[in-house]
Amino acid sequence: MSRFFRRTSMYYQLLGLTLLFVFAAGLAVLMGRYMSRVFRGQPTALDVLTPVERCIYRAGGIDPYQSMTWQQYALSLLTINSIWLAYALLALRTQASIPFWNQGGIPSMDWSLAINTAISFLTSTNLQHYSGESGATYFTQMAVLTFLQFVSAATSLAVGVAVVRSLQAKTSSNVGNFYQDFVLSITRVFLPLSVLGAVWLLLRGVPMTFQPYTLIHTLEGVEQTVATGPVAAMIPIKHLGSNGGGFFGTNTAHPFENPDMVSYGINLINVLLLPIAFVVFVGYFLHRKKLAWLLFTIMTGCWLALTLPIIQQELTGNTAVSLLGVDQSMGNLEGKEMRFGTLGSAFWCGVNVVIPAGTLTSMHDSYTPLASLFMLLGMQVDAFYGGVGTGFLYMFLYLIIAIFIGSLMIGRTPELLGKKVGIPEIQVAALIMVIMPLLYLGATAIAVAIQQANPDIGWLSNPGFHGFTTILYEYVSSVAGNGSGFEGLADNTPFWNLTTSFVMFMGRFIPLIGPLAIAGSLYRKQYTPPSAGVLPTESVTFGILVTAVVLIIGALCTFPALALGPIAEYVSQAK
Amino acid sequence: MKSHIGPAIRLTVVMLVLLAVIYPLVVAGIAKLAPGGGKGETVTVNGKVVGYKLIGQKFTEDRYFNSRPSAVEYNAAGSAGSNKGPSNPDYLKSVQARIDTFLVHNPGVQKDAIPAELVTASGSGLDPDLSPAGAKIQIARIARVRSLSAERLNQLVDDHTEGPLLGLFGPAKVNVLALNVALDQLK
Repeated sequence: MSRFFRRTSMYYQLLGLTLLFVFAAGLAVLMGRYMSRVFRGQPTALDVLTPVERCIYRAGGIDPYQSMTWQQYALSLLTINSIWLAYALLALRTQASIPFWNQGGIPSMDWSLAINTAISFLTSTNLQHYSGESGATYFTQMAVLTFLQFVSAATSLAVGVAVVRSLQAKTSSNVGNFYQDFVLSITRVFLPLSVLGAVWLLLRGVPMTFQPYTLIHTLEGVEQTVATGPVAAMIPIKHLGSNGGGFFGTNTAHPFENPDMVSYGINLINVLLLPIAFVVFVGYFLHRKKLAWLLFTIMTGCWLALTLPIIQQELTGNTAVSLLGVDQSMGNLEGKEMRFGTLGSAFWCGVNVVIPAGTLTSMHDSYTPLASLFMLLGMQVDAFYGGVGTGFLYMFLYLIIAIFIGSLMIGRTPELLGKKVGIPEIQVAALIMVIMPLLYLGATAIAVAIQQANPDIGWLSNPGFHGFTTILYEYVSSVAGNGSGFEGLADNTPFWNLTTSFVMFMGRFIPLIGPLAIAGSLYRKQYTPPSAGVLPTESVTFGILVTAVVLIIGALCTFPALALGPIAEYVSQAK
Repeated sequence: MKSHIGPAIRLTVVMLVLLAVIYPLVVAGIAKLAPGGGKGETVTVNGKVVGYKLIGQKFTEDRYFNSRPSAVEYNAAGSAGSNKGPSNPDYLKSVQARIDTFLVHNPGVQKDAIPAELVTASGSGLDPDLSPAGAKIQIARIARVRSLSAERLNQLVDDHTEGPLLGLFGPAKVNVLALNVALDQLK
């Protein structure tokens, strides 16, 4: 009876999560249309902010109407990112001596940790080799980490917008003004949504205070120090900006970051909102709704194909624990919170591996082997929605390659949305698609070799195949800008801090600048109206082709590594 | 490059003022109106703070409903999960040890009736909740230790069970601290 009841309740919960997704997608449609108006310069309800933006431009000494070539756009982006990096490094190295917004007892970060943390937040990855409660002051949390979450997300969105702008059916040598795209991303998108999100979270009991940690005596009479802090300001932007760096060590699993199912819903909507809205934005901005539908269908279909097995595996539970004889009818509960349950946790996991917010409501290290296989696949592709702005950039690269392959197969000229795709574009796209797996597979190979030569190095808390998956996961997550981790890795060492910093940096700026270069070059070309001589890009057939390209390039190329990690662990467990 | 450095530095300063000063202070201002004033809601017994509503605490005594195992022993200034992989032999040993301990403290309970949550560590190490089944399996023990009737305790757990939100979102749960505070008040 109780088992029957639990199963029925599971169906209701699944219905609830489906409704939540549909609601988020509905909001994303409104948001995408709004963003299209914002970046076209059409009137919107938030035009009251125009004077504020004018002040920002004037104080920044910027002419927002001066259009830039893609090279100037990239250069201004890289310059300001370098300034942020230098500022973040300085602040993290000296955080202990900053007297205000300081709860006390937090040391300054050493060089390798400071480099890792600064790059990790600059690249929107948020890998976090420190633990929030013991490694970051309130000043750092607000003025460095939250600040970087805003500006890195706005950088992603700006480049996404510039690339989409270059795909318009006209010809120009300028892709837009970086500063304007960046400022509008902050004032019209991230900041208003963050304030709204913060208010909701405050109502659910998420703290926002600058007072030090408090000591209490529990009901059993034990001392318990409780960390609080300015949490509510950080949580909305960490989700909205596909960042993922939490205030506390355990991220969104911590009760102060995510107190109940209401906050879970708000946070989940914030994760999904802008990545989906960006696809809608593409449709409205380019007047190509069919293309937007096609991309949305591919992304949603593939996301479901990854998420449903994760849910199924976790609900089935850990076979090794079943053998010990306890009641696992509520699923694999190691590393999960009772207020979300196995279903809510696994669903969250599925969303956060395809969207590189990569926040955790449960500990991925304790997931079943096959679930971790699907997590890795989702992160590798990074385009099933993907991050705000960046997800589309990856998809854009897959589109270029699919067009090239498809056109060659039927003997047509490769053309994307009326622009001829030439050799340089293909070369850049293919190069990026090769560099990405090379980064994480190469780094994994080096780390595994060191681990093999020094078995007592103490990196891994889990032996065997699972240990291999831990290393692979760390690098895939770093390259993909996801930032979630198998936390059973002693990762705050110079080796891990510096190698992950390197792959995060490359994994961020190569797929940011590359598509910008391709788009800049396409924008300059003559637009030709659609004819029978080109491969139609808004058809079901092309959709299938793109999916195949994504699966082969994004997923299959790492099959040997996946076989050594999650698949081997699964097979050895089933034995 | 050179022409970009000036605007980059100036824009960074402006953004720092907006995002790292004004924004947090506005949110902190709104927090004053929120429950708990933005400091986290506390639970008081006889005027004394005994815990935070949202933060789980360690309950291992037989006279209380025990909370879930925690990788950090409910250290609320250093949250963490166990991060043990599903096939890790050390991990499986510690689960086995928890099962044995539970059976010693709860004689008469069958092993296959122990909900897995009572022998697995939570994600944050600060999980404030149990499932209703996780609470109810402890009733016989508490009834014996406190000389209370099992029916009254059953009623107490039911009264403190929060069903899924709107019947659709999340599993049913019981806040262990609230439950134990109410348990102390039972006469």
